[in-house]
Amino acid sequence: MSYSKPKFKERYSNFINGEFVPPVGGEYFENTSPVDGTLIAKYPRSQKEDVENAVAAANAAKEAWGNTSATERATLLNKVADIIEENLEEFAVVETCDNGKPIRETLNADVPLSVDHWRYFAACIRSEEGSATELDQHTLSMNIKEPLGVIGQIIPWNFPLLMLSWKLPPALATGNCVVLKPAEQTPSSATLLMEKIADVFPPGVLNIVHGFGPEAGKPLASSPNVDKVAFTGETTTGQLIMQYASKNLNPVTMELGGKSPNVFFNSVMDADDAYLDKAIEGAVLFAFNQGEVCTCPSRILVQEDIYDAFMARVIERTEAIVQTSPYDINSMVGAQASNDQYEKIQSYFKIGREEGAKVLTGGEANKLDGELANGYYIKPTILEGHNKMRVFQEEIFGPVVCVTKFKDEAEAIAIANDTLYGLGAGVWTRDAHQLYRIPRAIKAGRVWVNCYHAYPAHAPFGGYKKSGFGRENHLMMMSHYRQTKNMLISYDKNKLGFF
Amino acid sequence: MKRVEITDKAAEVVRQLKAKHGELIFHQSGGCCDGSAPMIFEKGEMYLDDSDVHLGNVEGVDFYMHQDQFEYWKHTHLTVDVTEGRGASFSLEIPLGLRFLIHSRLLTEEESLFFNSK
Repeated sequence: MSYSKPKFKERYSNFINGEFVPPVGGEYFENTSPVDGTLIAKYPRSQKEDVENAVAAANAAKEAWGNTSATERATLLNKVADIIEENLEEFAVVETCDNGKPIRETLNADVPLSVDHWRYFAACIRSEEGSATELDQHTLSMNIKEPLGVIGQIIPWNFPLLMLSWKLPPALATGNCVVLKPAEQTPSSATLLMEKIADVFPPGVLNIVHGFGPEAGKPLASSPNVDKVAFTGETTTGQLIMQYASKNLNPVTMELGGKSPNVFFNSVMDADDAYLDKAIEGAVLFAFNQGEVCTCPSRILVQEDIYDAFMARVIERTEAIVQTSPYDINSMVGAQASNDQYEKIQSYFKIGREEGAKVLTGGEANKLDGELANGYYIKPTILEGHNKMRVFQEEIFGPVVCVTKFKDEAEAIAIANDTLYGLGAGVWTRDAHQLYRIPRAIKAGRVWVNCYHAYPAHAPFGGYKKSGFGRENHLMMMSHYRQTKNMLISYDKNKLGFF
Repeated sequence: MKRVEITDKAAEVVRQLKAKHGELIFHQSGGCCDGSAPMIFEKGEMYLDDSDVHLGNVEGVDFYMHQDQFEYWKHTHLTVDVTEGRGASFSLEIPLGLRFLIHSRLLTEEESLFFNSK
């Protein structure tokens, strides 16, 4: 079964105050598909004024929206979930066209998971309660959660609809209004969503502004009329956004990527069974989403006594990956999202080889035929080397994994933690002691144990070290979008007696 | 001897950006998405201090990297290049439909002695 490139309008608008409005300056940029390099549509090249209009609309709406009942907010979130679900295929094809990822993933992961995140936060806000404590017989302390107000959200291009669905539902559920800027590489699914849900929320509650980072992203991140900024991206922009937030004394949350270790202890090969099969797949998950995942398991650490046997199986499985048109349901690895990423990955192949890394498979671009000749395809690649090499230390953001061996638990932990980042990690073992002790010793916010790349709405996700701070998903996410109003109530009729 | 250099094509883009924005700096990013790429900003835009290593100057633009990242990069020579592309960061070349990128090679023995024995 194969899908084809969906139809788009010639150009699209921003979504501000419940309406589709063209950019004030009248400028647009061309968005192309990484699948085949063809034009998708033109999107607004917004400037500061567009962002200010969106922020003003959000501020005008925040009072009323913040006072809407949790029941009403949850109902609207569920409505969005239903609409995405009813149009699942359409969203999946648009996402594949815009990002380059295989249709198999958008149909089965990106879009269904997005639906679930909207439903999850609709449920959270209904089931939540505040707290009240009787501090003494006359004094009651009551904690009421209040929305922050207006949230600026800047999302990446690797999971356009899913990252939108990680960020919007908790902010909206808790009574905030939002101005969201999609990544300029992938503006399409956010736009499609606005077309489908234009009438769901009151005007101004949800605003989408397209444009480039320095022209539209920066005014949003630095706006004095925004109460919080949530960002997913890289460290330099992360630092800049924190600088702007410091001027406004605003809170921020940051998700800044990683270089996640995937650790395989020798017990995985104690038997040739379903579990070993799962572990091999777990290693090959580096190629999932073309490696364009913040938590890409991009370093494989294998215990030395099983290294050769285990890696032979991993290489075999990697070489079995089907890389064809992303619209083909059989495609397992699609196109990289843009030309600069495609070139960057190849520059890492070069420095990796220079540093002495051995290419076990792949190591080059994949030139596909026909219409796909202008797409950005990279062969799934395994590099063998040591952890001090730059390819082991930097986020390549391609279907590229670096593999090295370790002697014992202590060395596994030392290599796993020898990185600037701490977002994800994987630990694979049949040993009950190891499956608790090793994850606890790894400095990362999410450690998958005998699994990898699962992202349920109900489990908190976020980084240690330079991978950022704050969490996404899970009901704890709601606390990142709220402040606590403490009401301290006295039922004592008698004065203090001081004056 | 230089740790960081720039291609003619990238230098041309830098000159273009300087004419529009004035004095600039490069900062090498790390991490997710558009990370592992050099970013160019107006001088003063980014707060820099002793934790940022000054690697050199290309086309009149100072090039910095955070010291923690530099620890893993210091054995390599960098060349700033430019390619067609689209980044999601605040780097100033993005509206031109271009992205700076880094080509790396190992320092020669002579370069390594010069830079890393200082």
